[in-house]
Amino acid sequence: MSVEFSFLLVQALSGLASASSLFIIASGLTLVFGVTRIVNFAHGSFYMLGAYVAVSIVPWLLQIERSPTLFFVGVLISACVVGVLGVVMEILLLRRIYKVPELFQLLATFGVVLMVQDAVLYFWGPLDIAGPRAPGLRHGVMILDQRFPAYELFLIAAGPVVLGLLWLLMHKTRFGILLRAATRDRDMVGALGVNQALLFTGTLFLGAFLAGLGGALQIPRVSASAQMDLSIITEAFVVTVIGGMGSIGGAFLAALLIGQLQAFGVLIFPKITLVLVFLLMALVLVVKPWGLLGRPESTAGHTALPEGIMQPRGFAAAEKLLLLLAVLAAASVPIFGDTYTIKVATEVLIFALAAFSLNFLVGNGGIVSFGHAAYFGLGAYASGLLVTKLGMPMEPALIAAPLAGGFFAALFGFFIVRLQGIYLAMLTLAFAQIAYAVCFQWVEVTGGDNGIVGVWPSTWAASRSAYHYIVLVAAMAGILALRHVIYAPFGASLRAARDSAQRAEAIGIDVRTHRWLGFTIAGAAAGLAGGLYAFSKGSIDPTLLGIPLSVDFLAMILLGGMQTVMGPVLGAAAFHSIKDIFMPLTDHWRFLLGASIIALVLIFPRGLGGAYAALRARFSGGAP
Amino acid sequence: MTLLIVENLNKNFGGVVAARNVSFSLVAGEILAMIGPNGAGKSTSFNMVGGQLRPDSGRVLLAGQDITGLPPRAICRLGVGRSFQVAQTFLSMSVLENLQMALIAYAGRTRDMLARSSALFRDEALGLLNQVGMAEAAARPMGALAYGDVKRVELAIALSGAPRLLLMDEPTAGMAPAERAALMRLVADIARRAAIGVLFTEHDMDAVFAHADRILVLVRGEIIAAGTPEEVRANPEVQRVYLGTSGLRAALRARAAAHG
Repeated sequence: MSVEFSFLLVQALSGLASASSLFIIASGLTLVFGVTRIVNFAHGSFYMLGAYVAVSIVPWLLQIERSPTLFFVGVLISACVVGVLGVVMEILLLRRIYKVPELFQLLATFGVVLMVQDAVLYFWGPLDIAGPRAPGLRHGVMILDQRFPAYELFLIAAGPVVLGLLWLLMHKTRFGILLRAATRDRDMVGALGVNQALLFTGTLFLGAFLAGLGGALQIPRVSASAQMDLSIITEAFVVTVIGGMGSIGGAFLAALLIGQLQAFGVLIFPKITLVLVFLLMALVLVVKPWGLLGRPESTAGHTALPEGIMQPRGFAAAEKLLLLLAVLAAASVPIFGDTYTIKVATEVLIFALAAFSLNFLVGNGGIVSFGHAAYFGLGAYASGLLVTKLGMPMEPALIAAPLAGGFFAALFGFFIVRLQGIYLAMLTLAFAQIAYAVCFQWVEVTGGDNGIVGVWPSTWAASRSAYHYIVLVAAMAGILALRHVIYAPFGASLRAARDSAQRAEAIGIDVRTHRWLGFTIAGAAAGLAGGLYAFSKGSIDPTLLGIPLSVDFLAMILLGGMQTVMGPVLGAAAFHSIKDIFMPLTDHWRFLLGASIIALVLIFPRGLGGAYAALRARFSGGAP
Repeated sequence: MTLLIVENLNKNFGGVVAARNVSFSLVAGEILAMIGPNGAGKSTSFNMVGGQLRPDSGRVLLAGQDITGLPPRAICRLGVGRSFQVAQTFLSMSVLENLQMALIAYAGRTRDMLARSSALFRDEALGLLNQVGMAEAAARPMGALAYGDVKRVELAIALSGAPRLLLMDEPTAGMAPAERAALMRLVADIARRAAIGVLFTEHDMDAVFAHADRILVLVRGEIIAAGTPEEVRANPEVQRVYLGTSGLRAALRARAAAHG
């Protein structure tokens, strides 16, 4: 009995240690959001940079003297270095995007994530770097009859200390009081004549400092690696969302909850701890849509013009001709192109369908999904598993793909459409990560990280050309069907709900149900695209559900112009071709992609479709 | 038959009483104004009728049917049109499309994925726009209209479901004085012609005394007076409450002078 108790105690303590670390990181994220209203994807990158800078500085300092003081001096220096990087990001990027729609903000900060990933590889190389252990805290402490690392005990204390210091800062300093005021009402603080630029820059320093501190404190526990940014950022997102965005106390509470959930969840469901965490988040958001201690977002900007599809026009004669030419070109690729070109063309068609289905949500419905790849990937897994595990032929497996995508979109969407704005985006991301985690961790069925190979089409469709035609027909049918719905009363109702949910309800539209249905349809279309992709590639793996692919889809609709109906098709073609041409040419593809996404957001936010619409308006002389 | 009966509505926010035993009724074709100082509970009572708020206790009956606590969309389908203090329209659509959307919703066809929405209910939509004098702006984007015109279109949207009752939360807020009078005349005109009951809140006392058949005066969540404009004007308690509220006092004086 006592053995069991001491074991549980140690488990609880290690839960507290991870809660502390998580809180230090999440507090920075929630602070930055509170003041700037930007959800900073790059916060995870700051954390990673904190760890990398620390594994470079701390060993060097410890060579001077192996003292605990120098260890912590090194940790603080690392955090300060990262804080300065946060300032750089604020001045160069964030300052320009405070007023743009949140989708663009998320994408721009994700661009920074991509750039930092390549920068880290460039400076520190691809191998994980183990950090030194902290002098004076290397031993274990006996707790009842269990050994517990002293450093973990130190971490347990670190969280509350940071909380206390933040509290002092927020209540006893002018800067902190302004921070709190800005979190409450940013416009009012501006109206009172506070130097906002300085306030925001200071906030970013503090936020990045906390992320860097969190990363630097991790080095005795985990090696610095180039993958630690995305794994921590999703956890930090979950903590801030559960706690209530902008609430530091809420982040502390949520970190405690999650730390314990992970510590004990691992005993009961060792494989699905990540799923438990995201389920907790979904549950909290359903009961308290603004998190445990969060405040409802003011619905300001209600009379602003929506960002997205406005008045969809039909095709003009010239556009019908263009469309015909595009279809002919796609159809003639197998005649003129080599095998590789055919493969690229097939993929373009598949991504066009996926991007179109995403814009059906984002551009037409105002539902910003940051996890659309989940439904794409689930469609791919449904097809792939049916073919490889159950020996089913391609045809029924391809029918199963949209069913799977639609089913999971309906399941997740049930929760998602209850929320709005940034909370909705976070929940789409969370559900996508659940799906990703299941595919990643359920090795016996899904093959885990490696995925499953041998997902090949039926013999009649086995040649690249034959399969290309199948995809051409299926993708075109999918796109045209979705397009038809955009012009139909249902599509108009989604736009109506996006423009003014209050008005939509007042004329009798059941907004939530319509959005749910829309989400399901988009998920089914993405699932079909995923199924088509599985057979084109011949394999499935978890990257098909990952955040990077979701971001690719978003980049496609942004590039194509999310306010246009057909733009996403153009965007998918352009994005995939560019990626295909440039990716083999450079080792720094991600850096280039990140920089391009940022450039797109900053200087070209209406995309190719927007440029075309402007051109068309100029030549027809009419209104755009 | 009485169109709307409101019985003993109560609503507290924390410790604050926003509505206490609010009761009133309204017959078809009648125009009923709800006035009172800021924070008197006008919007609270109003939103409990429209379904945006659920009362702590009390009932709302529409043509004998209990609609207490129903969601706004259900109340809309039972024949209640409404306009908002800040006009709510579909800014991405044209003026005509706004009306078509409302008519599609009224016909219960919002889940239709086959028809082309731009081809549906064009004539009906134009007819409604005609009613509010906005037919010529049919093709213009909603976002390009002046605010007074937006309010007119919103009125047309509220009328698209052939309502028995119109709820209008400060219909003239944010409008120029000349536009205010015109809009209120239009509302009164339509209501009388189609025998639609109108319940509205308003700060503009000219609009209230010129067009309301009856007036309710709310103070601190309670109705302290109700009656025709003449009765309300003569009510000493109303005078006492409003003394110092220059808008009503001026209006009372002006009216008294006009009536000799």
